[in-house]
Amino acid sequence: MNRDSNTYTIIYASVMVLLVAIVLAVTSQSLKPFQNENEANDKRQQILRSVNIDVNADQAEAEYNKLIQDAFLINEAGEKVEGNAFDLDIVKAFRQKVYPVFVANVNGSTKYVMALYGAGLWGPIWGYIAVDDDKNTIFGVDFSHQGETPGLGAEIVNPSFSAQFVGKKIFYDGTFKSIAVVKPGKSAAGQDYVDGISGGTITSQGVDEMLYKSLQGYANFLSSKNQ
Amino acid sequence: MGLLSNKNKEVLASPLSKNNPVIVQMLGICSALAVTSKLEPSIVMGLSVVGVVAFANVIISLLRNTIPNRIRIIVQLVVVAALVTIVSEVLKAFAYDVNKQLSVFVGLIITNCILMGRLEAFALGNGPWESFLDGIGNGAGYAIILVIVGFFRELLGSGTLLGIQVIPDIFYEWGYVNNGLMILPPMALIVVAVIIWVHRSRNRELQEN
Repeated sequence: MNRDSNTYTIIYASVMVLLVAIVLAVTSQSLKPFQNENEANDKRQQILRSVNIDVNADQAEAEYNKLIQDAFLINEAGEKVEGNAFDLDIVKAFRQKVYPVFVANVNGSTKYVMALYGAGLWGPIWGYIAVDDDKNTIFGVDFSHQGETPGLGAEIVNPSFSAQFVGKKIFYDGTFKSIAVVKPGKSAAGQDYVDGISGGTITSQGVDEMLYKSLQGYANFLSSKNQ
Repeated sequence: MGLLSNKNKEVLASPLSKNNPVIVQMLGICSALAVTSKLEPSIVMGLSVVGVVAFANVIISLLRNTIPNRIRIIVQLVVVAALVTIVSEVLKAFAYDVNKQLSVFVGLIITNCILMGRLEAFALGNGPWESFLDGIGNGAGYAIILVIVGFFRELLGSGTLLGIQVIPDIFYEWGYVNNGLMILPPMALIVVAVIIWVHRSRNRELQEN
C-alpha cells in the first residue's frame, strides 16, 4: 500500500488516535480508585499536619478519625450551612463564600482547622491553618502547592517555614489583620508577620495574599466566641 | 549478531560521554535547569526520562515501516504524550509523594528535545532492540548530567543532599554561608557550562576551532 497517499494517512491517524484514546481511558479508569484513595489520605495528612501531627499515608485515616471530632461548613456570617466539609471542592466553595471548618481535639484541647486557597507563581497553592480555642492564636499550619519552583517557592511546604506561624495572632487589637509574609529582615507594622522565602518572592506574596483572603472569609466565625 | 555486539555497545555507551545529549548535543537544557535545584527530583526526573525515551524508541521503531511520512512527527508526539500520561497516572496511583514533588515536570517530559531527537534520528531507521539500547543510553546520558548538576546545586545552595544536612553545623559557626545563588536557575546554566568545559578539555576532539 502506498504510504504517501492521503487515504492511508487519514486512516492511519484516525486508528492511532482511537487506539491511544482507548489505552488512556482504560489506564485512567483502572487507576482512579487508587488515585482517589491517595488524594483523600493526602488531604487527611495535610489537615493533621496543621495540628502538628505528621503520620504516614496508611495511618492517616485512623488518626484523622480519632482526632477530628467534627467537620462542618460555615458562610461568611459565620453561621453553619449544610454540606460535607471533607469532600468539598475548595475552589468552588470559596467562590460561593462557603468555608469548611474541622474541629480537632488534640490532647484534650479544642483546635479549629480552616482551609486556605490562593495562587503562587506557577499554579495554585493551598493549605490548612489551625487555631487554638481562643480562635486567634495560631496552633499550626501546613502549606501545599501544585508546581512552585523546587528549592525556591516550593520551600513553603518546609516545616521550618510553617513553624514560624505558631503563636502568631490573626487579630491585632481586636481587628482582623491576618499574618503578613515579608521579605526576610523586613517587618510589617500593625500586625504579626513571618519571614518569606529568599528567592521565592512571588510565592511568598501568594502565601501572604492567600492567608488574608481566605481568613477574611472566616473572620466572622473567628470573632464569634460562642460554640 | 549478539544482543550486545560491539555496535550495540557503542549505541549504549556513546551518549554517556562523547555523544552526550545535554553537554555535547545541547538538547534538553531547559529541563536540566528547571528540576536540578535539589538532588532527589533530579534523580526521579532522570529515571522517568530513561523509561520514556526507551519505550517511545521501541514503539516508534516497531511502527517505523507503517508510519506515513507526512505525519511522522505527529505520530511520534502522540506516542510520547501517551507514554508520559501513563507514567504520570501510574506515579499518581502508586508513588503519590514522588508525583507531588515532580508535579508539572513529568508532563514536561513531552517537550524534552532529546525524545523527539532520538525518535527522529534513531528509532525511525533502526530495529527495536538497538532503539531500546539507544533510548537507555541517551536517557542515562541526560540523567547523569542532571544528577551531577543537582548534586552541586543542592550541596552548595542548601548544604544538604537528598534533604539531609551534610555540611556540619560547625562550618556555619565559623562563618560559612549557603550560596543562595546556586538554587536560582542562572547557576544551573553555569554549572552545566563548567561540566562542558571540563568534558571538552578531557576530550580534545570535541573542541571546535
